[in-house]
Amino acid sequence: MQLHTIWFVIIAVLWVGFFVLEGFDFGVGALHRIIGKNEIGRRVCMNTIGPWWDGNEVWLIVAGASMFAAFPGWYATMFSALYLALVLLLVALFGRGVSFEWRGKREDPRWLAGWSWALTIGSILIPLLVGVALGDLLHGLPIDSQHEFTGNFFSLLTGYGLMTGVTLLVLSLLHGATFLALRTTGEIRERAHSVARSIGLIAVLVNLAWCVWTLVVIGGGTVPQPTQIFGVIAVIFAWRLATTDNDAWAFVASGFGIAAAIGQLFIALYPNVMVSSTNHAFNLTVNNSAAGHYGLVVMTVVAVLFFPIVLLYQGWSFHVFRKRVSAPPTSSA
Amino acid sequence: MANDLARWQFATTTIYHFFFVPVTIGLAFLVATLQTVWYRTGNPDHKRLTRFFGTLLLINVAIGVVTGLVQEFQFGMNWSTYSRFVGGVFGAPLAMEGILAFFLESTFLGLWLFGWDRLPKLVHLGCIWAVSLGTMLSAMFILMANSWMQHPVGYKINRQGQAVLTNMWALIVNPTFVWGYAHVLLAGLVTGCLVMLAVSAWYLRKRDHVELFHRTAKLSLIVLIPTIVIQLSVGNQLGVIEARYQPMKIAAAEAQWTNCKPCSFSAFQIGGGHNDETPTEIIPIPHLLSILATNTFNGAVTGLNQLQSEYQKYGPGNYVPDVFIQYWSIRVMAYLASAILLLALWGGWLLHRNRLRDSRLFLFLCICAVVTPFIMNTAGWLLTESGRQPWIVQGLQKTINANSPSVSVTEIWISLTVFVLSYIVLAWADLVLMLRYSRRGMEHADEEAAEPVPGAAPSLTY
Repeated sequence: MQLHTIWFVIIAVLWVGFFVLEGFDFGVGALHRIIGKNEIGRRVCMNTIGPWWDGNEVWLIVAGASMFAAFPGWYATMFSALYLALVLLLVALFGRGVSFEWRGKREDPRWLAGWSWALTIGSILIPLLVGVALGDLLHGLPIDSQHEFTGNFFSLLTGYGLMTGVTLLVLSLLHGATFLALRTTGEIRERAHSVARSIGLIAVLVNLAWCVWTLVVIGGGTVPQPTQIFGVIAVIFAWRLATTDNDAWAFVASGFGIAAAIGQLFIALYPNVMVSSTNHAFNLTVNNSAAGHYGLVVMTVVAVLFFPIVLLYQGWSFHVFRKRVSAPPTSSA
Repeated sequence: MANDLARWQFATTTIYHFFFVPVTIGLAFLVATLQTVWYRTGNPDHKRLTRFFGTLLLINVAIGVVTGLVQEFQFGMNWSTYSRFVGGVFGAPLAMEGILAFFLESTFLGLWLFGWDRLPKLVHLGCIWAVSLGTMLSAMFILMANSWMQHPVGYKINRQGQAVLTNMWALIVNPTFVWGYAHVLLAGLVTGCLVMLAVSAWYLRKRDHVELFHRTAKLSLIVLIPTIVIQLSVGNQLGVIEARYQPMKIAAAEAQWTNCKPCSFSAFQIGGGHNDETPTEIIPIPHLLSILATNTFNGAVTGLNQLQSEYQKYGPGNYVPDVFIQYWSIRVMAYLASAILLLALWGGWLLHRNRLRDSRLFLFLCICAVVTPFIMNTAGWLLTESGRQPWIVQGLQKTINANSPSVSVTEIWISLTVFVLSYIVLAWADLVLMLRYSRRGMEHADEEAAEPVPGAAPSLTY
């Protein structure tokens, strides 16, 4: 396999990792007001992802930086094309990112409510916007022979892109709900179960419709990819398991569902990295947007040496905080 | 117009980001030091201090992280021509930063924050040191990338006209990087020390928790004195390196239009902007510029006029950076650093005489001094980045040719407005929290530092 193909796979894996991990953070953030219900409940919900959300978000940063380093042409065209969408994404990341650390530092109810809403809205907007962006890569955007984007903000709102955004949002909500069911006790866990049940059904339907639409976009006829079949089944399992006490398996299933969604996008995309709706001859591909060979070798060495270490200590962190979170019996704040 | 606006946006967001970065680098190291002392002595005072300054660190990290995201996105969003051209070289350190530094910093920060009562003490101490290491590695890769823009090495231009990496080692031993990185790390330490010193001085002056904050005042002074001395000489050496590879930058910093040998340094000047080649120099100090720029008593400095005519080899155009910004940013940095050195030495003498807690004037000045590192840090980056103009990559690509052709003026107005408004809100909230927490945080820290009741559920961190 050629190096730029390896880096395409690495980048796809980073995006999958980002959505499997940060996907439940988005779900928890978006649902913490409903499932948490009161101040203590909301804090319990936030604490279930407390030690991890920041490390999970790094997957996004590394995915972006890897695109910059391995496929400068892809990074340049994609980020400049998605300009205003990314501005909105950054604002969502601001509000959500500081809300964790800042929210509980004052008891003023308006302060608490304000950052709680920043967390909710940010957690909804981010998977939605990233979904639109990834869907647009596959659907195609107006790109000329110089690989410059020729459209405007409204060209980004393709039907398929929006559907991809909605699908990733719904899958993140389901993933967050199964995560909360796994990580909490008592009433909060029950509410997480009931939310997972209702979102589960929506997720099954939306995911199925989106998979069909993906087939239409790539002109794949009536034969679905194995990843798509796997994803559809995983989401159905997550929905059905959410009605049982098998919290861990429900969470695993929703994780596989979201992984399959991102996976099928990148499988359908290859060997393109960004499709041109103007003319397929102008598509950005792994070949015409990649960095030089030596640079890719250096980065491959760094990734092979250090990425396993990252996985080890991130895994250890998940192990350390594996216990369910519950409200302290005496707390009144 | 689009190019100018994109530059304004980059400058605004980067300067803002760099208010928080040095605080994080410095405080992470100092908090780790405090916790190490606690680990070794078992004195609960040090645990209280660790928690207190640890919270200040966390408030800062949050805003530093989110404003850093803008930087990573902005190269592609606003500077797509640049990104396409340099990604093969410049992108590599950024990707390495993600893998080696960001994962380390964020994962271990989570482990540290939530692991107080769950991890063995030594492991928990290791976590905060991993965070400190992460902040320093992150700065290392960013400086490696930035130094390549100042002095490109280890690359070739391929057939498509893009820069591709040919020698990673050259990036690592790039002299601009080695000295620039040292300079930034020390700046982070100075910033962290001055923040810690100001907070401690505030408590000492109020005669509140005196024993406790005397410890951190002492720690910050002990770190600050050698750091600022080393920093002054590292800064000087960086100037020599820059005079070699970016002579325009240093000539502009001295408003030196004509060649000179030996060269004097003016303490102040009036005039000397773009169209004024005969400024009124005030207090010229003979030979000092020669020493600063070349490390020799009688060294020659090439003037802006000769450099400008030599640079016509790159094509017609103006190659002189903004002289006013260069001249004053280097002076602001040097003068403030000297003032801080004097303050630190005074503090050291007071420590020696055991009168630190009684000198109200000294403590008052320490509180005021908290603004100086932010001014110096900004001045340093202005000197570095404005001094590189008109180049975005020295000698290879001009800033004017580097922005995104597909991004319109309207779009940049929208993004600039959105970023500025968001940053005002973030700054307000950050300031409210920092001040409130600095003033009243000791009680919180005491609650947190209390030993947990056996069997009780741990309290909620967030």
